[in-house]
Amino acid sequence: MADVHLPGTLIPLFAGLTRRLDVDADTVDGAIAELERQWPGLRDRLCEAGPSLRTHIHVYVDRERATLDTQLEPRSRVDVIAAISGG
Amino acid sequence: MPKTLLLVGTRKGAFLLESDAGRRDWSMRGPFCEGWPVYHAIHDGSTGTIYAAAASEWHGSAVWRSKDLGETWTLSSEGIGYPDDGARKVSKVSTLAARNGRVLVGVEAPGIFESKDGGDTFSLLTTLAGQPGSEMWDDPKNQPPGHLGISAIALDKEDDSRFWAIVQGIGLFETTDDGSSWTPRNRGLRADWPRPHEEVGFCVHKVVRADGARLYQQNHVGMHRSDDDGHTWTEITEGLPTEFGFAAAAHPHDRDTFYVVPLDPGHGRTMPDGHATVWQTKDGGSSWKPLRNGLPQEDAWLGVLREAMAIDTYDTPGLYFGTSTGQVFASADEGDSWSEIASYLPPISSVEVAVID
Repeated sequence: MADVHLPGTLIPLFAGLTRRLDVDADTVDGAIAELERQWPGLRDRLCEAGPSLRTHIHVYVDRERATLDTQLEPRSRVDVIAAISGG
Repeated sequence: MPKTLLLVGTRKGAFLLESDAGRRDWSMRGPFCEGWPVYHAIHDGSTGTIYAAAASEWHGSAVWRSKDLGETWTLSSEGIGYPDDGARKVSKVSTLAARNGRVLVGVEAPGIFESKDGGDTFSLLTTLAGQPGSEMWDDPKNQPPGHLGISAIALDKEDDSRFWAIVQGIGLFETTDDGSSWTPRNRGLRADWPRPHEEVGFCVHKVVRADGARLYQQNHVGMHRSDDDGHTWTEITEGLPTEFGFAAAAHPHDRDTFYVVPLDPGHGRTMPDGHATVWQTKDGGSSWKPLRNGLPQEDAWLGVLREAMAIDTYDTPGLYFGTSTGQVFASADEGDSWSEIASYLPPISSVEVAVID
C-alpha cells in the first residue's frame, strides 16, 4: 500500500475524501485510477489530455519528482502538491 | 413576491446577491465554488439550477452546479475534454448558456459542449470545424494559452436550435441547426488590421439579442447593430466616447434601447477620464446619452468585462454591472440612477440576473 497525501484543495470536491489514504497500486497512474474508482471525477482534477499530470499538480514519490509512469514500492510515500503561488 | 437574484462570477468564486422586486436592499452570500475562478455564472429559468463555468489553475476546468439557489454545490467536467491524442486542450471553460434543460458550454480551445442531464455529464457538440479561420485556432502553437476560444454564446429567443457563438479574435458564427453547420456573420463589421479571410478576422467582444431580428454588438472597433439576425451589420459608434468596450445589454421590452460601457482602448481599458458612465441609446444607436447619476465621477478607473453587465425583465428593468475591481452597481430605473450594492468583491468576470417567482 502506498501512503498517499493529497492537497487540501481536493478535499471539499469529493464527499468522504481525506488528505491521507492507503492506496494499492504499482504506479502513480494506477494510484490515481484507484482514487478515480472510489471518487469519480477525481482523475480529471489531477490529469489533463496526454494524458499527463496537470501543469500545476506536482507529484513526488519518496521525495523524488514523479510522472504518471513512476513506479511505486509497497510502502512508497506519494505527495500530491498543488504547486502554484500568487494571491 | 418575486425575488431578484444577481449571480456574480469573480476570480475568487461565485457570489449571490438577493433582493425583492423593489431592488433597493440587497443581501449577499458567498464565496461559492471553493474560490475557483468563475468566468460566467448563470441561472437556468427552466430548471431553477445555477451553473458556474470555472477553471482552476490547479484542478482544471469544470462546471459547478447548484440546484437549491446556492445552498449546496457540486461540480462536473465529465465529458469536457478533447481526445488525448490531439493537439487541442480544454484550457478554460469560459461561457455558458442554458434553456429548456440543456446547458451549452463554450471553451478554449474553441468548442461547445452540451449537457442534457442537468450538468451531470457533457459531450462535444461542435468545434466549428472547417470554418474560415479554424486553421488558426487549430494550430498547436496557439493552444494553450492562445486565448482563442468560444468567448460567448447568444441564444435565439425562441428557436432552441439557433444560436450565435463568438470565436475570440475570429468573429461571430451562427448555427440554425443546433451546431451541425455554421455560417460566419460578420458582414459590414470594421477591422483595422489585415485579414486572411474575407468572412472572418473580426474582434467581436459581445453580442446581445433584442426583439425581432435585431442584434447589437460591441466590437474591438466600434458598436454595431444588425436588423437582419446578424447577416449584415451597421456601425453605430458615433456619439460614444470610445469605440471600445466589452459589456452590453439590450432592453427587454424596447428593441431600440440598448446600454454599453465604453472603455479606453489602450492598456488601461477603464472608463474614460475616470468617470464611471453607462451609455444608453433609445433610438437604435442614432444618438447616445450618458448615465452617471449615482456613479462615481472622480478617479473611478473602472473596467467592466464582457459578461459583467445584465438587465432584468421587470416592467421597469433594472441594470447591473460589476467591475474588475470588485464593485457591483445597480439601477432599478433603467439606468437613470445608480447605487453601489457591493464594494469589496474579488475582480468580477460576470454578472447575470434572474427574476424568480
